[in-house]
Amino acid sequence: MEYLIGIQGPDFVLVAADNVAASSIIQMKHDYDKMFKLSEKILLLCVGEAGDTVQFAEYIQKNVQLYKMRNGYELSPAAAANFTRKNLADYLRSRTPYHVNLLLAGHDETDGPSLYYMDYLSALAKAPFAAHGYGAFLTLSILDRYYRPDLTREEAVDLLKKCLEELNKRFILNLPSFTVRLIDKDGIHDMERLPLGPQ
Amino acid sequence: MALQDICCYLDTLLGAPWNSSSSLSLPFGTEHTDLYSTTSDQKNFFSGTPLERCGGSPLRFFLPPPQIRGQFGKASSFLSNSSPTSSAVARPFPLSHGTTTLGFAFQGGVIAAADTRASCAGLIACPAAHKIQPIHSHLVVTTSGSAADCMLWERILAREIRLYQLRHRRKLSVTGAAKLLSLMLHPFKGTDVCVATTLCGWDRETAEGDEGRTQQDPISSSYNGTSSQAVSDLNQIRPKATAVGRTGPKVCYVCSDGLMLNEDLISVGSGSPYAYSVLDDGWRWKMSVDEAVSLAREAVYRATHRDAYSGNNVDLFHITAHGWSRREREDVKEEYYREKERVWYDRLQIKLQFYAEHVLKFED
Repeated sequence: MEYLIGIQGPDFVLVAADNVAASSIIQMKHDYDKMFKLSEKILLLCVGEAGDTVQFAEYIQKNVQLYKMRNGYELSPAAAANFTRKNLADYLRSRTPYHVNLLLAGHDETDGPSLYYMDYLSALAKAPFAAHGYGAFLTLSILDRYYRPDLTREEAVDLLKKCLEELNKRFILNLPSFTVRLIDKDGIHDMERLPLGPQ
Repeated sequence: MALQDICCYLDTLLGAPWNSSSSLSLPFGTEHTDLYSTTSDQKNFFSGTPLERCGGSPLRFFLPPPQIRGQFGKASSFLSNSSPTSSAVARPFPLSHGTTTLGFAFQGGVIAAADTRASCAGLIACPAAHKIQPIHSHLVVTTSGSAADCMLWERILAREIRLYQLRHRRKLSVTGAAKLLSLMLHPFKGTDVCVATTLCGWDRETAEGDEGRTQQDPISSSYNGTSSQAVSDLNQIRPKATAVGRTGPKVCYVCSDGLMLNEDLISVGSGSPYAYSVLDDGWRWKMSVDEAVSLAREAVYRATHRDAYSGNNVDLFHITAHGWSRREREDVKEEYYREKERVWYDRLQIKLQFYAEHVLKFED
């Protein structure tokens, strides 16, 4: 039902998430933001069970901010990803596991851009491109085919548009709009919301 | 007192800690974790009276036996070897919850409307329930789900909002109250608690004022009705800046799953799809109060017509900067007969016109 996608370039990461907040068959909100800003250069995209997403993502968000307050510098994306994974794994075999699927995207001064894929069983993988949701079945092969490590920003947006067009064509559910953001050395940039209707 | 003796109510004069300031400042979550640790509470857990189980404090309420949330959040009861009373209580009948409630914001405030039928499977348990409850002068809550859970959580929310107001000397905003309720409901996720509420209210400016918000001032002042010029600037669609503004009409949806949504138009319940279709057609930000009231009434009426679990009457609340006001309860039966007559009258007109155009001509 929900869809997340991330594409890593040589010096940026492009991420997009759909904007639908649904409750059974009803779309309750059409402009829901599924991205959580962990720090100036890290975004956490979170989908999954209704209350778990916000609860878990905000918990991670506040802890990352607490780290910065205590130590004076921000966590790197790799550290944040592993911290998130550890928390998810700890809760997995407790009485209250969180059923969330995540993408963590960030830019580090020393390591450059990075994209991490994490699922509800707290499996963590660093990947050049990734997607979550039923839409991932339709778009991963497009990413496999056209992705190159040296994509420019425009090419990455075109690749993203290709994926969203395929969703529009073949995915049974209507996902009318997507929030798109780009992370590079200058921080997080909001890009224009991608419409999914016929052009 | 006899009732106190029967309920084994501890005498508060003996220095029970619940009314001391330290316990009042405990965040809600710690009470939850205490019960899962091996303290004296644990001993009383299975054998004590409900009050003893809470550590003697009326402010801490008894949590259900610990449940493990299985995969995908389904609750499965935790069967303890030590005591047979720790298994989950079997329900005497299947709980079902049918209702139509809705809330929307527009330039003239917030409208909250609901039907009044409390149903239980095929039985109408009460044809005159109150599904909309005022919490304070500028906040109203519409409830759906399990009626008992809603009643309890409404009271808890009202208590927490009042405590916040006493401690911080300002009213909690609608979004803040929604967040608070959502966080309080989170420990019960996976249990049978079923609460789906819409908080409809008006956020007022704080006494300190909003110095740093120069961008939002012209828009926020329009809600106080002080500037008629600002009102004409409001577009068809609600200006986006006010979505995160401090003042104005606000509608928030909170449910026991943990979902919390901030939106201008919300409808909840088994009749909500029918209500949504009427609301989506007629809702505009620039509606007048009369239009908004009739839209809400029409939406609930249409939902009660199609949904078996909604019906009887329509309750309507209107919240503005000056507080909430309640419209008189209207029976949907009246609206149904009025519409039937209207349709009959329209059909009669069409027949007469046809007769006049086609039949009378030949006779001329």
